Amino acid sequence: MPEKQPTADEPHTANEPHAANEPRRAHEPHAANEPRPAHEPRRAHEPRRAHEPTATEPIRTDGGRVTEATPSIQEIPEADTVIESKDLTVHYGDVQALQPVNVRLPEREVTAIIGPSGCGKSTFLRCLNRMNDMVDAARVGGELRFRGKNVYDGDVDPVALRRRVGMVFQKPNPFPKSIYDNVAYGLKIQGFDGDMDARVEEALRGAALWNEVSDQLDSSGLALSGGQQQRLCIARAIAPDPEVILMDEPASALDPVATAKVEDLIDELAEQYTVVIVTHNMQQAARISDKTAVFLTGGKLVEFGDTDRIFENPENQRVEDYITGKFG
Amino acid sequence: MSGAGGGVDLSRAGSNIPAGRNLAVRAVFFTCALITVLTTFGIIVVLVDGALGFFREETLFGLLSGVLGGLLSGGPAEAWAAARSGLGVQVTVREFLFGTDWSPIIRPRSYGVIPLLWGTMIIVVGSALIALPIGTATAIYLSEYADRRVRNVIKPTLEVLAGIPTIVYGFFALSFITPIIQRFFPETGTFNAAAGAIVVGIMIIPMVSSLSEDAMSAVPDDLRNAAYGLGATKFEVSTDVVVPASLSGVLASYILAISRAIGETMAVTLAVGMQPNITFNPLEPIQTMTAYMVQVGISDVSVGSIGYQSLFAVGLVLFVMTLVMNLLSLWVKSRYREAYR
Ligand SMILES: Nc1ncnc2c1ncn2[C@@H]1O[C@H](COP(=O)(O)OP(=O)(O)OP(=O)(O)O)[C@@H](O)[C@H]1O
Ligand SMILES: [Mg+2]
Repeated sequence: MPEKQPTADEPHTANEPHAANEPRRAHEPHAANEPRPAHEPRRAHEPRRAHEPTATEPIRTDGGRVTEATPSIQEIPEADTVIESKDLTVHYGDVQALQPVNVRLPEREVTAIIGPSGCGKSTFLRCLNRMNDMVDAARVGGELRFRGKNVYDGDVDPVALRRRVGMVFQKPNPFPKSIYDNVAYGLKIQGFDGDMDARVEEALRGAALWNEVSDQLDSSGLALSGGQQQRLCIARAIAPDPEVILMDEPASALDPVATAKVEDLIDELAEQYTVVIVTHNMQQAARISDKTAVFLTGGKLVEFGDTDRIFENPENQRVEDYITGKFG
Repeated sequence: MSGAGGGVDLSRAGSNIPAGRNLAVRAVFFTCALITVLTTFGIIVVLVDGALGFFREETLFGLLSGVLGGLLSGGPAEAWAAARSGLGVQVTVREFLFGTDWSPIIRPRSYGVIPLLWGTMIIVVGSALIALPIGTATAIYLSEYADRRVRNVIKPTLEVLAGIPTIVYGFFALSFITPIIQRFFPETGTFNAAAGAIVVGIMIIPMVSSLSEDAMSAVPDDLRNAAYGLGATKFEVSTDVVVPASLSGVLASYILAISRAIGETMAVTLAVGMQPNITFNPLEPIQTMTAYMVQVGISDVSVGSIGYQSLFAVGLVLFVMTLVMNLLSLWVKSRYREAYR
């Protein structure tokens, strides 16, 4: 995707050694990487920028990756495709929740998953980091390749996978611990012994929460507002520096202001991470995603492609009906 | 829309029971609740009154009737004399609480309760050392690891364990645990503290595990998923998330189990013997407060004798200890409220 290329206006690219504390130039975080598909004009959500506190540059510490993944995963050569599913199916008991899904999710882009309730969006998302393992009744068939490696192979440790594929849930779910401990937890369990304070600050800045909580890192994460909690959960997910971030309706429990902040955040995250986001909100999908996958009832992936095209000119009539609100 | 209501009658909405019947129902329920309160109160009065008879020459009741009798027969002077002799010290509180020799029935008599307290403490500490770790681990296993089939076997088993009469546990200690101990330590007697502590420990495991498991199962899956999503292992989820979040329930189960161990009677009476004994050696016989009370209860000590009165003093100590545990449990519950919403 061309808009991800560095431009003169955008000095901080993914590979730049990080400048953690450099504040954003202005309170206008996205002016630089604006060349977005024009389907949903930016102007539409321009006013809410006013609410945003100093967003700071998200940081990537290349080479500072903590995760020591299973060798079987690490040996895979990198490609534009991060995740690829081949005839991926899911059954809950006798009920098939996912018809064979074949899809490739591109690196460092935002892929939105939309579709009516119960069509298997969450089910598909949970396949990507094997959270379905936790559901007794769930059986997964087919292949899901993460950087070429089928994560459902017997030699894959789901724990190692989840350290590279982070997740943000629908309901904010901070641990009943301090803000600091929440963010540090992922690094802690990975045995990180570097400068934890710096990483926590980095992640909180990345989640646009630092300015609001920098003086209360020791207070409970539960004492924050719902929107702050969700950004805390995002900070927690990005602190260990995963490669992919999965989000299951991350803004559905939030008010419009908090939603706007989270959306802005997703935009920024896409500069460094591959983001897969489930949403019920068409406008949101159109605003924030590069690619869109439409699931329809029965667990069928009906259409996948560039977000602009899907929203302007869907191939499938039922997708068009769904997007235009004729059913769903 | 202010002023008198429109055409809507809300005066008896939702009830077709006559108002009078409502009152009667209320009175019945209140009486039932009152019975438990009165019983508790009565028990406390009996305990305190009996203990007074141990420390002073007369119980409260004896004192009052003496004074009243004196007043009627010989006037104030005699009443005064009756009061003085009735309040005369029989055993000092100091001797009772700090004395290290307990022999209220056999001469030379002495009334230091410490040996009995010590016996109870050995049982409490020993059984806690067994039951708290095993019970907690069982709870974690049941709530985090076990699949449904295994749980369906273990949970009823624990309930059976909890339902076995304690006298059977005592018999089990004598006929099974003690012989095993004797195999390793031949000098062990038939009655010994270790067997008692072990058997009480086994007895209270179900209490710890089932109450703790309830608390752990109540931790929302959202929290677990958050940790799993970060790449936590099952063990990390259990120790970092589930146990801290359910800490208040887990601690409450500990406290309840410990107060059960304090009050446990039949099993320890059978297992540990009847020998007030301040010892660190778990292979020796000891006597707990409860076992002493059984001993006096079944002996031919006459009512009103000091041996009989000592029952109340020891009973009062037991009561105070369990009361403290109850208060502690309340405090823990409010201090460590369920750490999630
Ligand atoms: N744990 C489960 N056990 C059994 N069936 C399940 C389970 N989770 C989901 N399902 C079923 O799988 C289907 C897909 O569910 P899923 O949660 O993936 O839908 P969704 O698209 O995320 O819906 P929503 O938009 O409401 O979140 C549904 O029919 C649901 O009933
Ligand atoms: Mg869902």
